[in-house]
Amino acid sequence: MQPVLEVSNLKKYFATQKAVDGVSFTIGKGSIFGLLGPNGAGKTTLLRMITGIFYPDEGQILFNGRPFNPESDVAGIGYMPEERGLYKKMKIGEQAMYLARLKGLSREESMTRIKEWFVKLQMESWWNKKVEDLSKGMSQKLQFVTTVLHNPDLIILDEPFSGLDPVNANLIKDEIFRLAQSGATIVFSTHRMEQVEEICDHIVLVNKGQKILDGTVKGIKQQFKEDIFRIAFDEPVLPEHTAIHLFQVINKSEKELILKKTEGFTTNDIISYFIHKGLTIHAFNEILPSLNDIFIRQVEGTPQTRQFETVVSH
Amino acid sequence: MSKIGIIIQREYMTRVRNKTFILSTFLLPIMMILFIIGSVFFAVKSVEKQRVAVINDPGYFQKHLRSDSSQVVFEFTPGIDSVNYADRGYDGVLYLPALPGQQPYELISRKQFGIAARGYIEKQLNKAIENHLLEEKGIQKEVLDSISNASEDAVALKNRVTDKKGNSKQANAGLAYGIGFGSGILIYITMFIFGAMVMRGVAEEKMNRIAEVIVSSCKPFELMLGKIIGIAGVGLTQFLLWIILITVLMTAMQLFVPAEMLQQMQDAQANQQNLPGGPNNTMALKILQAKTTIVEGVNWGLIIFCFLFYFLGGYLFYASLFAAIGSVINEDPQEAQSLMLPITMPIIFAFIILTSSLNNPNSPMAVWASIIPFTSPIVMMGRIPFGVPDTVPYWQLILSMMMLIGGFLFTTWFAGKVYRTGILMYGKKVTWKEMAKWAFRKS
Repeated sequence: MQPVLEVSNLKKYFATQKAVDGVSFTIGKGSIFGLLGPNGAGKTTLLRMITGIFYPDEGQILFNGRPFNPESDVAGIGYMPEERGLYKKMKIGEQAMYLARLKGLSREESMTRIKEWFVKLQMESWWNKKVEDLSKGMSQKLQFVTTVLHNPDLIILDEPFSGLDPVNANLIKDEIFRLAQSGATIVFSTHRMEQVEEICDHIVLVNKGQKILDGTVKGIKQQFKEDIFRIAFDEPVLPEHTAIHLFQVINKSEKELILKKTEGFTTNDIISYFIHKGLTIHAFNEILPSLNDIFIRQVEGTPQTRQFETVVSH
Repeated sequence: MSKIGIIIQREYMTRVRNKTFILSTFLLPIMMILFIIGSVFFAVKSVEKQRVAVINDPGYFQKHLRSDSSQVVFEFTPGIDSVNYADRGYDGVLYLPALPGQQPYELISRKQFGIAARGYIEKQLNKAIENHLLEEKGIQKEVLDSISNASEDAVALKNRVTDKKGNSKQANAGLAYGIGFGSGILIYITMFIFGAMVMRGVAEEKMNRIAEVIVSSCKPFELMLGKIIGIAGVGLTQFLLWIILITVLMTAMQLFVPAEMLQQMQDAQANQQNLPGGPNNTMALKILQAKTTIVEGVNWGLIIFCFLFYFLGGYLFYASLFAAIGSVINEDPQEAQSLMLPITMPIIFAFIILTSSLNNPNSPMAVWASIIPFTSPIVMMGRIPFGVPDTVPYWQLILSMMMLIGGFLFTTWFAGKVYRTGILMYGKKVTWKEMAKWAFRKS
């Protein structure tokens, strides 16, 4: 996969802290990339360097294989910051037009694209409304449209679903998938892990300005798996069934066990043990750790840990 | 269109189409005209006639105290005293000694007499006493009057201002004063109004968080400069509309207001000179005189060019500083107040220097204040109408202009540096010292 963005050894120091301290990663074309980390980890600073708002103190950014040039490359980037911003007193149509033209689109082209998007997201009747008359979710949709209007190669979305109801969140999610399919690369920044598991192909975790994890969602889960399995039976499980050194019981209900395999044994050893005991196995599967658990473990012990949102794992 | 062009266009259009802009543009000239008409009207109407009964029987003043104005009338009606004067329709009763040189002089009234009326009574009494003294020394009043009449208008002094080659120009201090004061105050007011507009605009973009969206499309400097230029355009548009409207309204007024009324207004203006009015009155009068006198020797082209130059230069110089403040403030309006103080102080200071340099355009303070860019837009405009290169030598004008250009390049550069950091920084109180650090650190 051809990389859209290559970041190597990027550094940005502020007077009081090392906001970004030597981060490197590569984002492939057409992928959905998750940039994760607790608050204050340096995500926003990293994104601001990629969008040309900040200059890095050190390091290199390659955009489509060439050194990143903020002047000309910003037309290929769409950035939706975490703190949404729109002119409150401006009419919605004019606002979208203004932002599109700042990205280099002509008046006619902006008009066609805005109309297209407004129809797609059921916003046609909004043209003459002002932003101050919109609900939070509605202005979120407008913000998304203004971010992608100019068909950027790289779309950077900082917490894109916050404030959206499930219906609109799905609408935007579908659009994100569609944009990725048509060749755009999406960079997601969030600390909502369940969204990351669902959407992202590739993730990078940063903490205190440094990268601590890099890989695909599946790969990272494999890397951090703990040999925990769920096994379900047709008959009730009796206490004498579990007194064995093959595994440790973590959780137990009437006809189901959650267990941790002891090192040196295989899953077949466990299954054949229960078959031998005369129990009918109804289901057997591995429980991989949730990204949330992995990340909490990774950043544990740092003061930022508590700022992670606790997400109920499913 | 370039990005900065798009930004300028937005800044200009959103403001010009705004209801408050339209209202203030059209209402202000109307209100100004109404104010002028109103104040003249009241000045004419409020000259109240004071009837004063004089008790001086038998006495010297009965024959010699005369009133030559309709403002105060002296009457020597018998049978008036301090008890019944009000019932008989008098505003006051004046007790005078039998002969000048004796005491007391006393004015009894229900209401306090105005300063002007009291001054007038004193003046008339002094005149009567003067006549008495002249007569005592054997000088006939008629003889003295004829002498003073003959000598009064014998000389009309003309101040011939000449350049090095001896070519002369006619100096008109009144006109110069009027133009200098008018253009100085205009620049002073616009710096505040449009400077504050820039600051609010920048702060609004920061609060709305739109700044981050926009600076991902263009350079922060372009956004800042676009706003400053856009608002300058708004200011120039408003000026132009005001000038047109005021001219139209003034012409219309002269058509509809009866000639008598205009005559009365002029009389009132003339009378004002005799009244001990405040400094505003005399200043307004000087401006009016300047407007009504048309004199050769005023280089209108140069004055208009300099006005536009100093208006734009001064605006750019201060607007970028206001933009820098707008970029560092947070929700707390108190913060803006304390940061603005170092900027508003020189502007106010310049205005104070302007008023003194109008009376003395070549004092060292006036000269230096018109060269230093912090005060030059206001002070130099007060000096230029007195004559270039007589009052303001070319070297001073050129130095002042160069300093102003250099000054606004510096403030714009400084503000750009501060703006870039400030616009994306939230929740932190910033001081001028920190801003200077941002500007001068290596990037």
